[in-house]
Amino acid sequence: MSKLLIRNGRVIDPASGLDRSADVAIEDGVIARVAPGLDPGGAEVFDAGGLVVAPGFIDMHVHLRDPGQEYAETIESGTRAAAAGGFTSVCCMPNTLPVNDSATVTSYIVERARRFATVNVFPIGAITKGSEGEELAAIGSMHKAGIVACSDDGRPVMNARVMRRAMEWAHSIGIPVINHCEDLHLSAGGDMHEGAASARLGLRGIPGAAEDVMVARDILLSRLTGARYHVAHLSTGTSAAMVRQAKALGLPVSCEICPHHFVLTDQHVSEYDSNFKMKPPLRTGGDVDAMLTAIADGTADALATDHAPHAGSEKMQEFERCPFGILGLETALGLTFERLVHPGVIPLRRMIELYTTGPARLLSLDRGTLAEGAPADVTVLDPDSRWTYDVNQSASKSRNSPFDGWTFRGGPVATVVAGTIVWQRQ
Amino acid sequence: MPGLLGIADLDRTEIEAILARAKDFQPLQNQSFKRLDVLRGKLMVNLFFEASTRTRISFEIAAKRLGADAVQISAAGSSVSKGESLVDTLNTLGAMRPDAIVMRHAASGAPHFLARHLPIPIINAGDGTHEHPTQALLDARTILDRVGTLEGLRVAIIGDIAHSRVARSNILLLSKFGAEIVLCGPAPLCPPTMAKIAGGVSIAHDIREAIRDVDVIMMLRVQLERQNERPFPAGEYFRFYGLRLDHIALAKPDVIVMHPGPINRGRELTSEVADSQRSVILNQVENGIAVRMAVLERIIGE
Repeated sequence: MSKLLIRNGRVIDPASGLDRSADVAIEDGVIARVAPGLDPGGAEVFDAGGLVVAPGFIDMHVHLRDPGQEYAETIESGTRAAAAGGFTSVCCMPNTLPVNDSATVTSYIVERARRFATVNVFPIGAITKGSEGEELAAIGSMHKAGIVACSDDGRPVMNARVMRRAMEWAHSIGIPVINHCEDLHLSAGGDMHEGAASARLGLRGIPGAAEDVMVARDILLSRLTGARYHVAHLSTGTSAAMVRQAKALGLPVSCEICPHHFVLTDQHVSEYDSNFKMKPPLRTGGDVDAMLTAIADGTADALATDHAPHAGSEKMQEFERCPFGILGLETALGLTFERLVHPGVIPLRRMIELYTTGPARLLSLDRGTLAEGAPADVTVLDPDSRWTYDVNQSASKSRNSPFDGWTFRGGPVATVVAGTIVWQRQ
Repeated sequence: MPGLLGIADLDRTEIEAILARAKDFQPLQNQSFKRLDVLRGKLMVNLFFEASTRTRISFEIAAKRLGADAVQISAAGSSVSKGESLVDTLNTLGAMRPDAIVMRHAASGAPHFLARHLPIPIINAGDGTHEHPTQALLDARTILDRVGTLEGLRVAIIGDIAHSRVARSNILLLSKFGAEIVLCGPAPLCPPTMAKIAGGVSIAHDIREAIRDVDVIMMLRVQLERQNERPFPAGEYFRFYGLRLDHIALAKPDVIVMHPGPINRGRELTSEVADSQRSVILNQVENGIAVRMAVLERIIGE
C-alpha cells in the first residue's frame, strides 16, 4: 500500500469550501484524509510548509501532436511539460494525423497515454470526419472509447446546419461541444489581429468580428438545441459580452480564456517574431481588459493554455508562412499569478477554481477536488517564490514560447498524480 | 548603418544625410564616364524573390557606378524553387561573404526576420505589403528637386493603400518632416487603421477632396496580385479613383504627380496625366540610382 502525506500546507479545495492549514493523506492513489496533524505512519512525507496545496490542475485545451506529428510533441513529452507546469490532467484536441474522429484513434491515444503519459489524458474527439466540417464523426463511439467533449479545434465548423446536428447529437450523448470560433471567410489569409499594428507591419489582419460572428451563431444554436456549448480560447471583449449575456439568459454556454490573451496584445508582435503568432491572435489592450473582467466576474469558466507545439524549423520562417500556436503548459501558472492573483484581479481561490472545478464541471470529470475518496491528483503551489522560464529547459519537444526568459513570482512546485509525485521544481 | 530594413528605423538626420549625398551623385548621370570607385572590391548580391525590373536594375547600376561587383539571383531557378528555406538560402549566400544583400520578398517582415539571425547587412528592396524604403527616399529626393522642401507639405496618396509598401514607407518618411498626408482609395483598400501608422495622416474616400490644395499627388498601382479576393467592383476603380487632368486643377498650381511604377494607363491615371508637365515619374526612376548609390555607400562603404 503506497502512502504519501503532504504536510503542513495551506489546503485550498474550492469544491468542498476548504481553506485551512492541514495535511493531505493519500493512500493507493486516492485522497484518504484531509486534516491537521495526521500521523505519517510510514508514508512518504512531502513538507508543504509555506506552500499551497490544491486539487490537481486541469488544462482542458492542449495539443499533444500524437499521433502524426511526433517530431513536435508526443503524449510522453507533452504530459511531462504538463507536470512541469503543475497540471495533473490535460484534454488533448483532435487535430492529430490522423484526426481523432473515430474510436480507433481515441483508443490509440488512451492506450499510449496509459503507457507513456505522466499525467491524466482526456481526449477530445472531432465533431466532423477529418474535421472537414461536413459529415458528423462517430461521436458516440468515441465517447465510449473515452472522449470527454467534441471539437473541430483549429478548423471551425462553418456550416451552421452541421453545427446544429452536432449539438443535438452531443447533447443526447451528454458531452459538450467546444468550438474554435473563427469565421474562415473573414479571417482568410490573416496572420495577426486586424488593427493599427497589422496596418503598420503590413500583415493581413484577422478582425475581432471573425470570432464574434461565430460565437453569436453558436449561442443561438445552443438555444435552439439545448446543447452544452463551450467557446474555446475566447479572445475578444465582444465575445465575452455575448457569453455573459447568454449565461444571464440561462443558456448552457461556457468559455475558457488563455493566459496569452490576458497578458499580451497585438502591439507585442514586433520584429515579425512568430512566437507571437497564434489563433485567435493577440488582440487589443481593450480586449485584454475585457478578458480580466470576464475572468473576475465569472463569465470565464476555465483558464486553458491551448499549448500548441511546433518544431523549430516550422517557426523559423517568414512570419506569414509560420504555423499558428505557442507553448503554454509550463508558463500558465506563472502568468496567472503575475497578471491575475498578485495584482488582485482574482483571489487565489478563484485561480484554483478556474483550473480545477471549472474544467472538471464542464467536462464531467471526477477530478478537481481533494474530497476523501477522490483520485489523488494534487498541485502544490508557491505563490511567492521567483523563477525564470528557460524554454531551452522545457520538457516539451518544441521551443515556440514568447515567454522565454520571463521571470515570474509564483508557480507550481510539485505535481502529484494518483498519489505519486511526478514532478518537483529543482 | 547595419543595413536598411525600413524608414521606420531611420531618424530625420539619417534621411537628410542620404538625400544630400544622393544629390552629390546626381550630376554623374550626365557625365560620359559615370563610375566612381569608392566601393571597389565590394560585393552586393541582389536577391529577388519577386519579379522586379526597375528596382533590381537600379540597385545593380548603383552598385556598378560605385565600382562594386553586383551579382543577381532570382528565386526562380535557384535553390529556393527546390524547397530550401529562407534562412538556409541566406546562410548559404552569407558563406560567400557578400558585403550586403539587397532583398525583395513577398512576405512582410522577411528581411527583418533574417536580420535577427544573420550578420550580413540586408537592404530591403520591398517586403510584402510592409516597406520599400529606397522608394520613399527616391520619392523624397524627387520632391526636394521639384518642390524644394519636405517641410509641411500637403501630400495625397491615392490608390491601393492597404497593399502598398510604397505608401507605408512614404507615410513614415513624410510624417517625420511634418507633412500633412491624405490617403485616398475605396474603403476596402484604404482602411481607417492606415491613418494610425504615423502622425498627420487622414483618410478621404473622395479623390476630389483628397487632392484639393496638395503639393504632391502620389498614385499607386492596384496590387491585384496581393489581394486574395476582389475587394472592390472591378470595373469601378478608374471611374472613382483614376486621376484625370481635370482633377489636377484642384491641387496647387505647381503640383507634381508621382507614381512608383509600373503604371497602368487608363487604370490609375490617364495617359494625359502620365505624360503631362506635372508628371515626375521618370525623374523618380532617374533619382532611384543616385539614392541607392547613397544608401549602398553608407552601408558597405568604410
